[in-house]
Amino acid sequence: MIRVLLKNMVFHLSDPNFAKNLNMEDNNPKYQTFVVNSAKYLTLTTTKFDRRKKWQKLDPKEIRSFIPGSIIEIFVTPGQQLKAGEVILTLEAMKMYTKVTMPYDGVIKSIEVTKGNKIPKDTLLATIE
Amino acid sequence: MSFKRNILDLRKRKKEAQQGGGEKAIEKQVAMGKKTARERIKAILDENSFHEYDLFVEHTGRDFDMEKKVLHGDGVIIGTGTMYNQPVAIYAQDFTVAGGSLGLMHARKITKIMDHALKMRVPLIGINDSGGARIQEGVNSLAGYGEIFYRNTNASGVIPQISVILGPCAGGAVYSPALTDFVFVVENISKMFITGPGVIKSVLGEEISMEELGGAMVHSEITGNAHFFAKSEDECFEQIKKLITFIPWNNAQKALKFPVQEPLSKKSIEEIVPVDPHNPYDIRDIIKAVTDGSDFFEIMEYFARNIVIGFGRIQGNTVGFVANQPMYLAGVLDCDSSDKAARFIRYCDAFNIPIVTLEDMPGYLPGVDQEHAGVIRHGAKLLYAYSEATVPKVTIIIRKAYGGGYIAMNSRHLGADFVFAWPTAEIAVMGPEGAANIVFKKEIEEAENPAEMRKQKIQEYKDKFANPFVAAAKGYIDEVIEPSETRARLIHSLEVSGSKVDPRPAKKHGIPPF
Repeated sequence: MIRVLLKNMVFHLSDPNFAKNLNMEDNNPKYQTFVVNSAKYLTLTTTKFDRRKKWQKLDPKEIRSFIPGSIIEIFVTPGQQLKAGEVILTLEAMKMYTKVTMPYDGVIKSIEVTKGNKIPKDTLLATIE
Repeated sequence: MSFKRNILDLRKRKKEAQQGGGEKAIEKQVAMGKKTARERIKAILDENSFHEYDLFVEHTGRDFDMEKKVLHGDGVIIGTGTMYNQPVAIYAQDFTVAGGSLGLMHARKITKIMDHALKMRVPLIGINDSGGARIQEGVNSLAGYGEIFYRNTNASGVIPQISVILGPCAGGAVYSPALTDFVFVVENISKMFITGPGVIKSVLGEEISMEELGGAMVHSEITGNAHFFAKSEDECFEQIKKLITFIPWNNAQKALKFPVQEPLSKKSIEEIVPVDPHNPYDIRDIIKAVTDGSDFFEIMEYFARNIVIGFGRIQGNTVGFVANQPMYLAGVLDCDSSDKAARFIRYCDAFNIPIVTLEDMPGYLPGVDQEHAGVIRHGAKLLYAYSEATVPKVTIIIRKAYGGGYIAMNSRHLGADFVFAWPTAEIAVMGPEGAANIVFKKEIEEAENPAEMRKQKIQEYKDKFANPFVAAAKGYIDEVIEPSETRARLIHSLEVSGSKVDPRPAKKHGIPPF
């Protein structure tokens, strides 16, 4: 049984698809400089690495969506004075109504969405003065 | 006399059932560039080896007029056959029958063949081509998925489980492949996602195509869900046939031994690696320079390319390779590469495949995105997997082995059986540039010419520590070897590890940092 088996496999081993040559895929790759712990390396990057998002410090004056959804109701207008915990708007996400509230006492500077908007995650909803 | 009539009746019934969704549905399937479920099974198994079960199973849907519908085989074909004359179990969802949707009996057929595969200790191949849960059967469909996941988990590490995605595979359906060992995808045919483009559009207003959201390349390159990418179904089947030659049929066996072949490498091994540790090369060339016939079967070629994993043979025996890839991202360790390597190491350990580690990496990838993505948690997977593995473990340090990465890449300290270093190896707490900045901070700052002093101190550090001899003096590496000795050393190390026993404390299971 094994002999038959090996015979079959030898066929696969010699398959040109799998016996790739000992060459780099691309003979002239465009290497970039890449710094790790003060040392500079020449290397290629990956699509996923190139697409990564740059980190930005959160602005406490911005209220952003933490989940994608629809704006159901807006309760405040720009210029309005609010206390911490008061509701700014209702967001429907995953069949749940979520209240977006004021993080601290302050005045609403602007509302960046309108009722009925469908928004992705991390959309600017409102700003505080 | 009546016997003949019965036989003719049986043949007629079989012929009808084997038609699946009928001619029109088959035409549609072909128009999408897809093979039928039966053709796929035939293409994977040895010729005429397929034996089918449950051809006459009928669905049990009784709502929404489903009772009036005939769904041949309930949209899935199950059976056993052979590959290289060795038994395997297989199922293939038939998209021509109600879109391959999963109802109760459909799932029962799949779980039947899964139970069979586990009991008989033979590999299980699942071909997925299904629109998802059969909504008309309601919670019964969900029950079906759950029963499949449960069996996937039970069989994990006992028999090889291979998933082939040859059509849509959405919602709950994606989790069975995700629980299996190897996932094969084909360009323009495979689609995997939890939430499809339609729902995303209705909820978010974001428009994205199926291919961009969960196509074959997305899962090969970005998510890491898929292990093998092919441009056609035929190429995919060849990949499956190739993979199966490297792995044992179950966890109580070893992979088959092949006739020994010398590497075909034309270059000498030293020529592949630039001496300057800052310059790149393709680590796969080193692997091919030490494997039988220079044959290396890479797994997850496009995901986390900064680490290379895959199978090759040394003296006819399968070996799992884990190797840093200086050609991509300088070969750093990061979340994805740790995750990729850790899972592969656990696969090798579960199936008695020795692990050879080739090391050339400058450390972990710095950055907020990495830290916040949990490089600590993901990096720990690699430590866990290497430490846990009891198969023979050999490490070759080629150039850079700095810091935490040195420990992670199957160091002596994590239980490596043999560690060899090339004379170009630099085993140190960090690279000379970084180390000099810290150790000689004061001297550099106070010097008249800081840049010159820095250069001088880097050289000083390099001469003293950027070599394999400090680690060799402590016995952390077993021998400094000439590059040309690499294959011979691997052969011998694996030979003497042939009966390795490495008992561990009894436990139900560990708690790896998943």
